Amino acid sequence: MLSTDEVKRIALLARIGLTDAEIERYRKDLSSVLDFFRELEALDLSDGADEEGVPVKENDTREDRAEPFGSVGRDDIMKNVPSVKDGYVKVRSVF
Amino acid sequence: MIRSIHEQLKNGEVTATGLAEAYLSRIAERDGELGAYLTVLGEQALASARIVDGKIARGEDIGLLEGIPCAIKDNMCRTGTRTTAGSKILDGYIAPYDATAVSRLLEAGSVVLGKTNLDEFAMGSSTESSAYRQTRNPIDPERVPGGSSGGSAAAVAADLAVFALGSDTGGSIRQPASFCGVVGLKPTYGRVSRYGLIAMASSLDQIGPFAKSVEDAAIVLSEIYGYDPADVTTAESDGKRFEDFLSGDIRGLRIGIPKEYLSEDLDPRVRSVFETAVERFRSLGAEVREISLPHAKYALPVYYIIMPSEVSSNLARFDGIRYGMSVDDGSDRFKESDSLLETYLDSRAYGFGPEVKRRVMLGTYALSAGYYDAYYKKAQRVRSLIRRDFSEAFRDVDLVFSPTSPEPAFRFGAKGDDPLKMYLSDVYTVTANLAGIPAVSFPMGTVTEDGKELPLGGQLMAKWFDEETMLRAADAYERASAGER
Repeated sequence: MLSTDEVKRIALLARIGLTDAEIERYRKDLSSVLDFFRELEALDLSDGADEEGVPVKENDTREDRAEPFGSVGRDDIMKNVPSVKDGYVKVRSVF
Repeated sequence: MIRSIHEQLKNGEVTATGLAEAYLSRIAERDGELGAYLTVLGEQALASARIVDGKIARGEDIGLLEGIPCAIKDNMCRTGTRTTAGSKILDGYIAPYDATAVSRLLEAGSVVLGKTNLDEFAMGSSTESSAYRQTRNPIDPERVPGGSSGGSAAAVAADLAVFALGSDTGGSIRQPASFCGVVGLKPTYGRVSRYGLIAMASSLDQIGPFAKSVEDAAIVLSEIYGYDPADVTTAESDGKRFEDFLSGDIRGLRIGIPKEYLSEDLDPRVRSVFETAVERFRSLGAEVREISLPHAKYALPVYYIIMPSEVSSNLARFDGIRYGMSVDDGSDRFKESDSLLETYLDSRAYGFGPEVKRRVMLGTYALSAGYYDAYYKKAQRVRSLIRRDFSEAFRDVDLVFSPTSPEPAFRFGAKGDDPLKMYLSDVYTVTANLAGIPAVSFPMGTVTEDGKELPLGGQLMAKWFDEETMLRAADAYERASAGER
């Protein structure tokens, strides 16, 4: 079972604020799912299993040209911003 | 259904406006109880219908989807409309652009009636995790419609749309199709552009149609697939019109039944319906044989490592700063944050529901230093073995057949608080996403529970980019079932 500190550490990495009750709940939930993953432990992977995902083609390339806001448009983007000052996205100071 | 409506539109028996009005009034009448839609786009729908009627009045030719009313899962963007992904964190988000699949439908002249309910960020198998409303199964309102595309499935099953788009990351089109008794198609990974689909797990997500018949699903796929410069994983169009392959003839088609899928603990009612379906394929001339997918039993743990890992990364964009809900929106709903870190922590704490938090944390853990090799890296390696299982199986058979879900639609709350119980609902569907192959769920039969006849879906899986063979077999089955009724 994950410890309270482990769940707190994961939540901080995930940038999710949790109440104490939630920490207890996720200790239980996450531990039971992690136990479920144990099934993979016994699996022998010496038989050349690789890590590639779904085969997809190589990247497409395009001209390196600035397209401010593209076809979407500045106003429609800014309409969704929760906090705006002088036409800019407002963010809390980092320090 | 699409073809017959198309004929009626052309010969003037119905108008596109009349059709849109009829569907909108059915929605007004029934959706209060059913809960399939999150947003109804009445005026927009009528405006697009009038354009189609104008073309018909001028004697112009119309395409198959022109004037056909449809619904879109609310995790796909539609310009100028609210797009929530079923999450509070996107409440009030107005999409500034169209998803490619949506714009292709609009270009084809389809009439978009509205946006449908889903599990929050498409995470769930019952639509119960939507932050907005409950969707009921039209067959039995005491039961869930499945998920995550439960709203789209219910809308089609209850005739509140002719067809609908959903998205499928681990079964989110096929399982609700099975629960609601309609056809649900997950195309090959790379068939349909994911641009404008709010990402859940990018190596697994794929958009596809719900419809009342295999032919309708084929027609919709024909309109939405193909290369899109905005999604680098999309393949060039091979020019196929999938509805052209539905000959009804499946003589000699080789269908494989994975022995690993029919374990002893399979619900005997599901087994019996499945066995009858196998006999029907045989009687239609298919050659049915047992096959083995030796790594199938690892599919669920592999899926529940890879998917949350991608989720944790994709959902990092919901930060309370650029769009969506924020504790710093200047309203008095929230305590304003004191630091940037608090903006993140509190906005995400309020905005995300419990299942989303669970998956984001699970993925964060699986990708974190010290655990990456044991979880994510190992899961990716097993994933390649699952894909190899299918490559080998497809040397001997053309299609793989299984039940879509181990059970019919369950009651609200039946899975309780145990996330694993809900996850097990995906046991037959996640493999197709992990392997990237196409799969379709079609009505296979019914089981009776508490006096209700509940539908069960059958799932056919095919080789990469071979949707036509899978659809031909599902269509032949559908014709044979219709003949029996």
